[in-house]
Amino acid sequence: MSEEKALAQKREREEHQEKEVLYQQLAERFQGKPEEVIPMLQFVQKALGYLTEEALLHIARLTRLPAAKIFGTATFYAQFRLQPIGKNMIKVCRGTACHVKGSDRILKDLEEHLQLVAGQTSSDGLFTLETVACFGSCALAPVMVVNDSVHGNTDRSKALKMIEALRTKPDASDSA
Amino acid sequence: MDFQTLKDQAEKEWASLQHLSIPVIQIGMGTCGLAAGAEAVYQAARRTLSQRNLLARIIPVGCIGLCYLEPLMTLRKPGKPTVLYGSLTAKRTEEIISAFLGEDDPKPEWAVCSLGEERWEGLPLFEELPMIKPQVRIALRNCGIIDPEDIMHYLARGGYSGLQKALQMTPAEVIAEIKRSGLRGRGGAGFPTGQKWEFAAKSPGTVKYFICNADEGDPGAFMDRSLLEGDPHAVLEGMLIGAYAIGSSQGYIYIRAEYPLAIKRLETAIAQMRRFNLLGEHILGTDFGFEVHIKEGAGAFVCGEETALMASIAGGRGMPRPRPPFPAVKGLWDQPTNINNVETLANVSAILSRGAGWFAGYGTEKSKGTKTFSLAGKIRRTGLIEVPMGIPLGKIINEIGGGVAKGKKIKAVQTGGPSGGCIPAELFDLPVDYESLTQAGSIMGSGGMVVMDEDTCMVDIPRYFLTFTASESCGKCLPCRLGTHQMLGILNDICSGQGVPEDLETLKLLNETVQKGSLCGLGQTAPNPVQTTLRYFYTEYEAHILKKKCPSGVCKALFHYAIDPELCNGCGVCARKCPVQAVVGHKKEPHRIELEKCTKCGTCYESCKFKAVQIC
Repeated sequence: MSEEKALAQKREREEHQEKEVLYQQLAERFQGKPEEVIPMLQFVQKALGYLTEEALLHIARLTRLPAAKIFGTATFYAQFRLQPIGKNMIKVCRGTACHVKGSDRILKDLEEHLQLVAGQTSSDGLFTLETVACFGSCALAPVMVVNDSVHGNTDRSKALKMIEALRTKPDASDSA
Repeated sequence: MDFQTLKDQAEKEWASLQHLSIPVIQIGMGTCGLAAGAEAVYQAARRTLSQRNLLARIIPVGCIGLCYLEPLMTLRKPGKPTVLYGSLTAKRTEEIISAFLGEDDPKPEWAVCSLGEERWEGLPLFEELPMIKPQVRIALRNCGIIDPEDIMHYLARGGYSGLQKALQMTPAEVIAEIKRSGLRGRGGAGFPTGQKWEFAAKSPGTVKYFICNADEGDPGAFMDRSLLEGDPHAVLEGMLIGAYAIGSSQGYIYIRAEYPLAIKRLETAIAQMRRFNLLGEHILGTDFGFEVHIKEGAGAFVCGEETALMASIAGGRGMPRPRPPFPAVKGLWDQPTNINNVETLANVSAILSRGAGWFAGYGTEKSKGTKTFSLAGKIRRTGLIEVPMGIPLGKIINEIGGGVAKGKKIKAVQTGGPSGGCIPAELFDLPVDYESLTQAGSIMGSGGMVVMDEDTCMVDIPRYFLTFTASESCGKCLPCRLGTHQMLGILNDICSGQGVPEDLETLKLLNETVQKGSLCGLGQTAPNPVQTTLRYFYTEYEAHILKKKCPSGVCKALFHYAIDPELCNGCGVCARKCPVQAVVGHKKEPHRIELEKCTKCGTCYESCKFKAVQIC
């Protein structure tokens, strides 16, 4: 019991330290101008994978803007997430060409298979499923992006196979 | 080093690259190429060279536009014609390189064409390919030909000589030259570029901003991405020329975060420009100074609208504001600002270098020059093309694109993304220029062309676009915020079999309200997809509402699949593929579908080679 507790404490300390480093970097990299809000949010999201309430408040302090304004900016853009993401990020393109070529059906299959709706993370924390308006790889529609690698000309069976390959290889960050 | 010496050196390097004593392998490594597996081809090429002890230089290039043949590779062996290969796999790459470099066998059965002036016997020249022949490449002049990460390549192909010429002219003369060329904005609206610059130039102010709009948000469009990935300097040179013309010293490129490779290429290009005194103070030894910053967008379609884009650069929510004041008077941080699209700027550098008269020689009276389009959807040859304005739509679809895939019947082509409309196959004689497309109810837009065949439902398409616009509406104007949701609700009803005849009248009314009552282009054009489909595909709406049928087999509540016993030979392919075992029947006897089990996934319909599975 005490060992577990010590581990938890250690983890907490490490997380706290990581955050301190991040906030330190924010203060060094940015001057706190209003036009830096979006780059700052992008910077934090890149480091943490999502935006924590604490980080938003921190940016508000650095820029001397109301927290509501930071929150308003973070929720305005599709790129920003307020929830942590799963181990693997699956993005299904919902651009016009992909739609015409059946990406809605791929999305539906994935949602059923992972038992979630787009925008959510699976309960085991392995997958986050998202949609993207367009990747600009329309000539290869339908397109899926699995952990930063773009896959063109996909179909439902390929999509499900990719997911299963990731599940059996949980440590691999990429299937490509 | 002065510009002339730099240019001479670049030309020398380029010439020696063309006549290199060792073979050169070029691999298309744009986003499209990578998505199709170019990385595996690249690795295979490297592996083959080292395993077989062959000496060759591998150069990653941008997109040449033949996206349907990705991954692509060209092989140039000294003394032999250059050959282009497509649809490569790692294994085939290995075989081609071994055969061509090792044994002088170019494997013509896998080749697409010969590149350059000399041809391999039996292989067509690149320019003779049906997809390439009708094209004129101005904006895309270097894409897929040069290494986009090497400024010397760009310089050797005449790069920055447009800027050099501009800097020897007065700003007013530069503007006059652009006006003479007849260039209009390629972002969608088609406003004359020279006139726009004149407004910004005449607007009083000590600090002026020049913005490049690379927030290519239209789903189904990828011209700007390919251009920035394949030839970033062409766009940056255009920016410099424009900034000089309006008297700006500060520039921004607002680019989608979804385009990481384009951002990387821009960063590389900017660093190279700085090294050669093409950025910063005293550019090319003149008094003109310019700085450029990259601003990554964060995913909001409305930020393609200029006032929203500027609000986004300034930080915070990117919401549009009323005009006037126009950006030329009061733009970014309330200073005079000029905004141009990526393709417009790539044209600017070409116009200055080759002359307004040359440019105006292409196109129609009111729409000069060329336009790039991304061909996608249900078409055989998907890709990136550039054609002279005024070319008939049918020529693009049938000659360049090779018509619709899989022997299906073509139904329509969608231009202009969520702001555009669907043009039916009957109107394919329509010349592609700003005015004609607007008259047909669509818009030129930024250049997305998505082809639709008989399996595309023309009620589902506007529903799809409204799902997009309703979620992307920034919420500032009520008609857009609520109107798009109401329209989407009605279309959802119609697609699920709940539609009533009055819906069509309500839709028309809402179309007008949203169009007239919205502040910016997003709302003003959001009804276009509904309007054009109502205009050209009214019978499909009627079928959905009155007969409760979706003739294309898309809206699941309104159709079912059935097997025609006359056409079914009992091969059993559909039964094996059906994920829910809804297809039953004995081998070599007609099968049938058990409707209570069927989920209408379409697997049987897609897998039947005898067209026995039908939509009822």
